[in-house]
Parts: sequence; structure tokens; C-alpha cells
Amino acid sequence: MPYTITEKILLAHTDKKDIHPNEFIWARIDLALGNDITAPLAIQEFEAFGKDKVFDKEKIVLVPDHFVPAKDLKSANQAKLLKNFANKYNITNYFELGFMGIEHALLPELGLVKPGDLVIGADSHTCTYGALGAFSTGVGSTDLAASWITGRCWFRVPETIKFVYYGRLKKWVSGKDIILSTIADIGVDGALYKAMEFTGEAIHRLEMEDRMTICNMAIEAGGKSGIIDPDNITLEYIRATSHKLQAASKKAWGLKLEAWSQLRSDRDAKYAEVREYDVSKLEPQVALPHLPSNSKPVSRVKNVKIDQVVIGSCTNGRITDLRIAAKILKGKKINSSIRCIVIPATQNIYLQAIEEGLIETFIKAGAVVTTPTCGPCLGGHMGILAEGERALATTNRNFVGRMGHTKSEVYLSGPAVAAASAIKGKIVHPDEIG
Amino acid sequence: MKLKGKTYKFGDDVNTDEIIPARYLNTIDPVELGKHCMEDADKDFASKVAKGDIIVAGKNFGCGSSREHAPISIKGAGVSCVIAKSFARIFYRNAINIGLPILELKEVDEIRAGDELEIELEKGQIKNLTQNKTYYSQKFPEFMQGIVAAGGLMKWIGTDEKRG
Repeated sequence: MPYTITEKILLAHTDKKDIHPNEFIWARIDLALGNDITAPLAIQEFEAFGKDKVFDKEKIVLVPDHFVPAKDLKSANQAKLLKNFANKYNITNYFELGFMGIEHALLPELGLVKPGDLVIGADSHTCTYGALGAFSTGVGSTDLAASWITGRCWFRVPETIKFVYYGRLKKWVSGKDIILSTIADIGVDGALYKAMEFTGEAIHRLEMEDRMTICNMAIEAGGKSGIIDPDNITLEYIRATSHKLQAASKKAWGLKLEAWSQLRSDRDAKYAEVREYDVSKLEPQVALPHLPSNSKPVSRVKNVKIDQVVIGSCTNGRITDLRIAAKILKGKKINSSIRCIVIPATQNIYLQAIEEGLIETFIKAGAVVTTPTCGPCLGGHMGILAEGERALATTNRNFVGRMGHTKSEVYLSGPAVAAASAIKGKIVHPDEIG
Repeated sequence: MKLKGKTYKFGDDVNTDEIIPARYLNTIDPVELGKHCMEDADKDFASKVAKGDIIVAGKNFGCGSSREHAPISIKGAGVSCVIAKSFARIFYRNAINIGLPILELKEVDEIRAGDELEIELEKGQIKNLTQNKTYYSQKFPEFMQGIVAAGGLMKWIGTDEKRG
């Protein structure tokens, strides 16, 4: 029976002989992620259940990243709950401040996710890891608690929509622009309950960071997951991040590489829908308030003045994003009325940005650079908007009140438009910066 | 189980930031979360809503973040059931997992704010007492009914040695 890559991965995590869309499975998981907002609820459920050990201390990941460094007393207590739980159950993958990063940038960087894995996370942007060829989806805190006990999670096998992209991207156009224009096309519930499979020559030319940006925002179209079949670029990334696995056994590593390189949808797999896009004429996009689907080419967003620019988040806080922003900001000054906040997504990215001179560029331009945190993206801390203020952010959501006051506004874009707009004080195309 | 209450209506794509804004996510206390339920969609909601009242919304209810605080705050505010054209998937599974009754109904536009509804969950029957109309929602698939019947996911895994 022909299968999509998603069906293949789900089937491999059950004891079943075949699998069909819409059937329910109680599947084994390879990794279960929680953060300082969602894990405390899971810990409460876990403790109430009364089990004295977790299913596998290696397969649980805990990352305090939303409200750290603790923004207030209550947040400090939540982070403490994580730490105590990690200590009590000897959790291998707990990442304290100084070793952490925004979870969806951190896990791939540490080689914790592999092609073919089944990953759940009590965070909606867990779909990011589909970029590595994993089935990866956001769940709730109770799901997380149940998975710590059983090593399993329930799923309804999703149908897949296949998105095929052709053509070469123009200058300044990135993965963010591909996904924003796709969400604009299908709407915020266009892929509800479904897996989004991104493929085509334009996707396979992208670096991993851009692929992660694309899969990261599958949830903004209602998708259960986003996935890109592994290719040489994926395997090169895995090779560079998975030192432990390679060192353990050369033979096993070789077999894994072989299996991963063959992991893709069958030619005659069944899709709910196939959509094709020519990206060669795609312009940098900007999503207007208050939905990610309100995306337009930047040239059609005229005279929108802004108060704050945020460059960071699990969507666009990786090294390639910072390089693009620095390229535009180098030798320039940020508009004196703009607060520009740059947030490297992990400690490693931060360090790399220092070594490459990017941080110096940001500071000389008049930006502030902060410790890795989800912070302003969800209106948590480190850049809340006042009433009537407007931000342009490389984040993922522009809902009402997302970054602060209910009468503030968030516009979304990639790092190039964000950096250029920080210089001009209003939303502009990067070409306008000479 | 029979539920009865007055309806509060919301539109399409109500997201979890509106249901429970992130500024309140530094706690997991249901009562505290309930006090801020729907605050960024209707700031007086938590003070107006009475125990048993029902939220009626359009498509894609609960989109956005995975925060289980969203269905918990709805429960904490005393809401007995959410009826929507469709639900965002993480909100949907969270509601099933924690035992917040939710129903999918195509005809939500016919229900007006303030209508009195009587719901029989097992049958998926929704009686609009104000308009004297009866609707039937889509039934949960058997698998989900099992979780709901057990009283939520944690109880469901506890009922079977192989699961727990």
C-alpha cells in the first residue's frame, strides 16, 4: 500500500500492519517536550497520577524558555517546578538558563530530533521539526503527562496536503515569505487537522533554517504538522549535530543514514489535495493584523509607521536570520524613534553571532540584543507593546493583543523586511536601503 | 449528562491568546485562570458568565498556542460546553483530554446570543429552548468517546494496565 511520509512514520511507531487516514492510533513517541508554561500543568497531572518513574528519562525534554530569566515571582515558581521535576526524575535533557535557548531552535541544534522520529511537544510550534523529516506536532499538557507515563500519545492519522514549490527565489525572499504567502492562500484553518507536506525544487534548495521557518508556521494554517522529506542538506545537518550517535557505532550510523535517505512519500501516495506554487515572482511578505493569513507583498504595505521591531523567535531567530538582518543593518542607524530588539534563539547562536561580528553590527546600529527567550513574541516580557503601538516582528502570530495591549498591533515579516523597516521607521522593502 | 445555560457568542478564529492572554500564564490555578477567561475578546466575560453558560463560536475556535490553560480557564469560569463550527486541533484534543464538553455544529449561526440551550451530551442533542429548535452535533469518534467516558486522558490511561 502506498503511503505518505507522515503515514510511514506513524505506522512505524505502532504495532499495526497498515494505517489509514482518520483512524486512531496509540503511538510510541521518541521525544516529549515541555516548557515553563506547559510543563507545570503536566507535572501536576503526573504527580496526581502517582507513578514514581518516567517512561524514559532520555526522551523527555524540558526547556524553560518563555518567561526566563524569570519575569516575576509566579514565573520563577513555574521554572522552579521544572527544575525540581528534572532533578527528581533525573531527566537528561533539562536545559538551565545559560545552556538553553528557544526550544524549537535548541532541539535541532543539539541533534535531539532525527528524520523518521515521532516527536510531541506541549507547544504549538513543535511542528518545526518536520523540517528534519520527523513527524512532529503540538499537544497539550495532559498529553505530555500521559506520555511521560506511557511513552505514548493518541493521534488521529491525518490526511496530507502536498504543497509543491517551483522556481528560484528572488533576493531578500526567504522561507518566511513562502509560508506567509501559503497561509494567505489557504487561510488560518486551510490545513485544519491535516499534515502539510512541503516539497518541490524550491524547498529542496533551501537551507535547514528556512525549512524550519516554513514547518514552524504549519500550525498557523491549522496544520497538525509540517514535513519536508530528508535530502542531502538534511543529512548534512544531522551529521553536523549528532556527534553522540555517530560515535556510538559506525555501522549503526551508516544504516540510519541509508534509511533516512530513503524516507519519503511513495510516488502513488494519496493526498487530500495537491497545491503548486511558482515562487520565482514571490516578493517579501508582510502579514497585517490580526491574522497570519493577512499577508501581502511588502510593496503593497504603504506608510505603515512602527514603534518596535523584533528580530528573533522560534520562527526566525537562527543564525541565518541574524546574518540577513546584520547584512542590512551594517553601517546603518536604526531610526531614532524605533526600539529594535534582536533575540538570538539559543546560546550557541548568540556566541556564533558574536564571533561573526553580527552583534557588534546590531549594537552599533542602535539595536538591543537580549538573552534567548520567547519573551515578546507572546507578550510575555522583554518588549511588550503599549496601547496604540505597532510592531513589526519576525515572529509567528499577530493576533489581537499578542505582543501586549489589546489595542496594539503586530505585523509579521522575515528578517530582511524587519531590519530594513527598523532603519526607515516604517515598513519598507529591503531594496529601499541603499 | 444534561447541560443547561445561556449562550455567549463569538466569531471565527477565536485564538487562545484571546481565551487566556499570555500575561496570565504564570499560574496553573483554574480559578485564577477562570477570572481572565476570554478577556481579550470580551473583557467583561468572566464577570458576566454564570455557572452552566455556554460559549457558541464560529470556525477554528481555539487556534494558536497549545496552552491547556485555555480550556481550563473556560472550565474555571463555569462554562459548561463550547459549541463551534469547528475547533483548532490542539484545543480540540485538550478539551477531550481534560473533559471540557465541546460540540461541533454547522448551524451555529442560527443560535443567538442570550438563547437558552439544553444539551444532552451523549446524544449530541442541542435544544434551543428560546427558539424552540433542536439540533444534533457530529458525534465524537468512538476512540474519543472512550476518553471522554473515562473522565479524561489521565483516567483513561489508568483504566488499562497496558496503557498506564
